[in-house]
Amino acid sequence: MRKTAAEVIVDILIKHNIDTVFGYPGAASTPLHQALSKSNIRHILPRSEQSGAHEATGYSSVEGGVGVCIATSGPGATNLLTGIANAYMDSIPLVAITGQVTSDQIGRDVFQEVDMFGTTAPYCKHSYLVKDAAQIPRIFHEAFYIAATGRPGPVVVDIPMDLQLQEIDVPELEKVDIRGYKPTVKGHEMQIKRAVSELQRAQRPVFLAGHGIILSDSIEEFRKIVELTNVPVVSTLLGLGVLPTEHPLNFGMIGSHGMAQSNFALQKADLIFIVGARVSDRAVPAPMALQDKRIVHVDVDPAEIGKIVSTNTPIVGDIKDVLTQMLALVEQDDPYTDWVAEISAHKKPIRVPQTNGTICAKNALHLLSGMVEENAIVTTEVGQNQIWTARNWNFKDQTKFITSGGFGTMGYGLPAAVGAKLAAPDRQVIAVEGDGSFQMSMGELATIAAHELDIKIILLCNNELGMVNEYQRVRDYNNYAVHLAGNPDFSVLASAYGIEAAVVSDYADLEKAYETMLAWDGPYLLQINIDAQEDTL
Amino acid sequence: MKHILSVLVENHAGVLLRIVGLFSRRGFNIHSLAVGVTDDPGVSRVTIVVTGDEATIEQVVKQLNKLIDVIKVKELNKNTCVRRELTLLKIRCNSKNRSEIIQIVNIFRANIIDVSPETLTIELTGTEDKIDAFLGMLEPFGIVEVVRGGMLSLERGHLGIKNQ
Repeated sequence: MRKTAAEVIVDILIKHNIDTVFGYPGAASTPLHQALSKSNIRHILPRSEQSGAHEATGYSSVEGGVGVCIATSGPGATNLLTGIANAYMDSIPLVAITGQVTSDQIGRDVFQEVDMFGTTAPYCKHSYLVKDAAQIPRIFHEAFYIAATGRPGPVVVDIPMDLQLQEIDVPELEKVDIRGYKPTVKGHEMQIKRAVSELQRAQRPVFLAGHGIILSDSIEEFRKIVELTNVPVVSTLLGLGVLPTEHPLNFGMIGSHGMAQSNFALQKADLIFIVGARVSDRAVPAPMALQDKRIVHVDVDPAEIGKIVSTNTPIVGDIKDVLTQMLALVEQDDPYTDWVAEISAHKKPIRVPQTNGTICAKNALHLLSGMVEENAIVTTEVGQNQIWTARNWNFKDQTKFITSGGFGTMGYGLPAAVGAKLAAPDRQVIAVEGDGSFQMSMGELATIAAHELDIKIILLCNNELGMVNEYQRVRDYNNYAVHLAGNPDFSVLASAYGIEAAVVSDYADLEKAYETMLAWDGPYLLQINIDAQEDTL
Repeated sequence: MKHILSVLVENHAGVLLRIVGLFSRRGFNIHSLAVGVTDDPGVSRVTIVVTGDEATIEQVVKQLNKLIDVIKVKELNKNTCVRRELTLLKIRCNSKNRSEIIQIVNIFRANIIDVSPETLTIELTGTEDKIDAFLGMLEPFGIVEVVRGGMLSLERGHLGIKNQ
């Protein structure tokens, strides 16, 4: 049987359990959109391709599978770049499909032509420019396999318009076999034994928990190991949620915006047991300071091990496999009472008493985290709003945290919330926004309205780009280079989309405002006016 | 410190872009690069001479291995491999100094592959040191153009990239 390549692509998406795609059509991607419209796959139209890519990763983060975004050639394709780079930095499985000008026109600088293959090569896991329609089935199976396995990441497939329309044979689903791509999944048994004995020998061990634990769906295994070993835990920004905030062994986020006690724990530990974290500069600003410690590093990507800090015991493998193997080896250990007490002694209060008539963002976020459902999903933008949430949100057992970690993408949180809500319509979704970031993606209010997505938008409004301002303040520039002028009336804006909105400026009114918002059936924007001088930490 | 990496890659478009892009993006220094198809038409072999310390080379190897199109990466040990570079150079000459140049060419066992009243075009194969020395000897005569191929290298005897 023969079908058009576009129809075959849709069949393959279905075979890979893709039920939702985020696509913005243009001439060069029309055949694919046409084929999609005749399938059961839900097609979400973002208001820019960039938001579409972010939505696909938000969707993936909640649903667990590969996110799919689609754009046309040229500017449609380049609008995806930030989303692709973001997915690459945070290891989120994504297949980005772009239309390309017809194959006979490639290279002639025709209308809406861009070299998508060359443009994305440095920050995607793999990419294809389709030159032969008959290869499309193989390429798509490979693309999904590569995106989802090993260290997940984005794969780009660029398809000339004429090839989408070409009729091809519908092949059997073959097993993917790529000779240059054999990710190590099973952790080395001896290395794991060695790591466990490192743990047993250590006097002041600490687990450094990263995104890898969440990506590999290993939260449960990790928690069991923590319970058994009694080893204190610190985490990266993207590792937040691996343990509830109030777990006695959880000392919170590390790094330049981290908690005093978690950074202390890293400094004073004799063994740092890194699980699925890549020791980035924001998490470990001074990696040289770790060189005198014993380091165990577990990661599915061998290139991350030893990249920043040299490691005594490297373990390459899928974290779920490694932790499962570890669980068979660790025994119930005594608590590190003194060590834990020493770390705890370095806790500093992170919130200040609330003054009357104003709202402190830290207090506001902490308050809300106690009012939402156990399994709420919280997304953030980038800037002060992100760090305030990371530090002050009370993460419960099942809180899901979605934020742009490695790439620090402003405009990520709102589309990510759209993706998250579409993936989990029954879970509460809270999008924490700053007034700067929000305006980067606020076109998504239309997507939210069109699909009646019950997303609660917390808009922290200080009429400034808070983190940049603070940076200029602490660096003694004595000058603010840029101001966030011309903010709209956000409530009126929300109303224009039929989205309920309210404004609150006094902490005394906040709990009531939250109650109203959370009780509201449908999307809701709550603008919280805060002071532009409030510090991030 | 120079290191020789031999890399087997899929022989299709875009692979070189990924390799070269990787080096420029991560700040690795390519000293020379040579690429050509192998006995298997689906596989190309890239020989990269890269400068850096051990930690850098370890990262280069790991990052190359991450590329899906890279089938195998092997660092070649200078003591157990043969190395050759091909150079073509065009040198200015006249009837007075032509024979002197030819003497140097003979000493280095180079070949003259083209001759004109004002120039000689010479082909030399050898290690990098030999080529450097040769160019040094001919420089006073006036080099018009030089093209140096990247280093090629194969391990001796039973050693090889296909064996572990």
